[in-house]
Amino acid sequence: MAARVLVGVKRVIDYAVKIRVKPDNTGVVTDGVKHSMNPFCEIAVEEAVRLKEKKLVKEVVAVSCGPQQVQETIRTALAMGADRGIHVEVSGKDYDTLGPLQVSKILAALAKKEEASLVILGKQAIDDDCNQTGQMTAALLDWPQGTFASEVTIDGDKIKVIREIDGGLETIKINMPAVVTADLRLNTPRYATLPNIMKAKKKKIASVKPGELGVDLTSRLEVLRVEEPAQRQAGVKVETVEDLVGKLKEAGRI
Amino acid sequence: MLSCSVCSLQSEGLERAVAAFRSVSGDEGVSLGEAVREQHGRDESVHRCRPPDVVVFPRCVEEVSALAKICHEHQLPIIPFGTGTGLEGGVGALKGGVCFSLRNMDQVLDLHQEDFDVTVEPGVTRKALNSYLRDTGLWFPVDPGADASLCGMASTSASGTNAVRYGTMRENVLNLEVVLADGTIIHTAGRGRRPRKTSAGYNLTNLFVGSEGTLGILTKATLRLYGIPESMVSAVCSFPSVQAAVDSTVQVLQAGVPIARIEFLDDVMIGACNSFNSLSYPVTPTLFLEFHGSSKSLEEQVSITEEITRDNGGSDFAWAEDEETRAKLWKARHDAWYASLALRPGCKAYSTDVCVPLSRLPQIIVETKEDLIRNNLTGPIAGHVGDGNFHCIMVLDPNDPDEVQRVHEFTERLARRALAMDGTCTGEHGVGLGKRALLREELGPMAMEVMQGLKATLDPKNLMNPGKVL
Repeated sequence: MAARVLVGVKRVIDYAVKIRVKPDNTGVVTDGVKHSMNPFCEIAVEEAVRLKEKKLVKEVVAVSCGPQQVQETIRTALAMGADRGIHVEVSGKDYDTLGPLQVSKILAALAKKEEASLVILGKQAIDDDCNQTGQMTAALLDWPQGTFASEVTIDGDKIKVIREIDGGLETIKINMPAVVTADLRLNTPRYATLPNIMKAKKKKIASVKPGELGVDLTSRLEVLRVEEPAQRQAGVKVETVEDLVGKLKEAGRI
Repeated sequence: MLSCSVCSLQSEGLERAVAAFRSVSGDEGVSLGEAVREQHGRDESVHRCRPPDVVVFPRCVEEVSALAKICHEHQLPIIPFGTGTGLEGGVGALKGGVCFSLRNMDQVLDLHQEDFDVTVEPGVTRKALNSYLRDTGLWFPVDPGADASLCGMASTSASGTNAVRYGTMRENVLNLEVVLADGTIIHTAGRGRRPRKTSAGYNLTNLFVGSEGTLGILTKATLRLYGIPESMVSAVCSFPSVQAAVDSTVQVLQAGVPIARIEFLDDVMIGACNSFNSLSYPVTPTLFLEFHGSSKSLEEQVSITEEITRDNGGSDFAWAEDEETRAKLWKARHDAWYASLALRPGCKAYSTDVCVPLSRLPQIIVETKEDLIRNNLTGPIAGHVGDGNFHCIMVLDPNDPDEVQRVHEFTERLARRALAMDGTCTGEHGVGLGKRALLREELGPMAMEVMQGLKATLDPKNLMNPGKVL
């Protein structure tokens, strides 16, 4: 199988951090805040590396879009077993407005350029929760998509994907090349070990600009305001059912 | 209206202190609520809840110091609180007083990857630290089971299942920032210092490790980190007798196998695990093993160990390298606590904790099992056999005073049995509330006097967690 897999990895604020909104309500505080690879992207990388270990794919290429710091995220993917990385340089205002539409255009261009047979992404990022990039990438490439994957099996030039859906599990078979997005139960990602982190330092990360891929980063969205969720109000204890009904009426609930 | 379990102070005095607390930590940083106080008066032991009079939530060491000064001035007991996952009643406010909940001091500070050290605040738990470290290739391996506060673990000198390879908290704390009873802030190895070894002065760091909140409040810990193992292999093996299992353990260690975990489950425990998880392990003493290293070294470690177990009559040796199968193999050991509880639904469980030299382990386990049977007690055994440390999980009906009494007497006999074999009454849980008399027996009067002298020097008013340890 001469398959090459492209894996998208996004640098996001670490899941364990308490998010704070900037005083001017234009966004959240990111300066000095711990960042790490989006957890669903970790699962995507793990799946790609496992496919390579099973000798079903030949090469795993990790891609990230953003400023210089995203190279750390690519290095983590390399330490997990990806072969090489591609850093798509996006910074400043362009990075602030970078969203699924632009990223999917970039990934589609790279998938063609790198002659990838498979693009694996996390199902969504934990900062914007968009859950759009995989689907848009497949549409731009006119490739089949297997989203919310909890199991992926390559069978010749087809992929069997078991998808997590509201009613349970749905099994589909799609042709390669295809886009797959990873859901939580697809696998448990490995930790990057020190020896692998050392080895990863020697792996190559190529830099490329969106313009070189023919991608226009203009955003059609404008963020108007970011706010914290409303503070939870203290509850009130009542003594009797009559009191409860009275309070509910007062609050206009019944 | 304040309600204290044991009022040793005038309400007026306490009110003045609370006003002073509020001026330091704000209204949100001080709680008199009954539910909050009860939450902070209990841990995971069988000791009943002893709520403090007030709970404070400092956000930095300066606040801790200021609050401690107020307590010192008003003669109020100070009880540090991490995650409340202790097993010996260490957080009970026996004389009322002020619980210092450190949960808001939750930052990981100063990670030095090439030096393998990190400094953490007391609100950081071991799982939170390892999650923080996950991209660095480093981890903090001391694993007592619960997701405990690292400073809490330092305070009880915790260990866990992989102490045989990575040591306990005693070996892995390089420096501590401590607030003493009068508010003085000290750094036990000097501010910011983190050499891997030192011979500078008295070992203050290890004086506070294991002091269970009776000498000071730990507000920072500098910890030794290790590389995440490249690969892991888990294995299980059954034995015809306790002796055979322990002999295998000793020989594995003598062979120089750097085994990471070696856990013993007795036949009663295996039976409980089989029922609980619908497994079918042979109901006989069993060892659960875990090896860490590179793939090549693991092959060698496993093969040497398998040979040793076979020579000792071991059978059904099964091993696995991939995560999912390893988890399945070890599920029995992981669920031991719940499997024990399931033996008698509706009951509670209490874990004993003695530690003896390895060579005495077969004898103490055999005698302990005879004691359990003779006294009609439910006590499946799980042990960190590589350290000579084992736990009887006593499953008892807390509403049956006769059984409660029998369990209490059993645990005293067990502790004395361990002491008679050159061991200790507590391998890793601490002395807390229930083992103070046993500590006296273990140390003897001279060492006890020295300990009491140290306590009197550091805390002359006996405000730090009174009624514990000594």
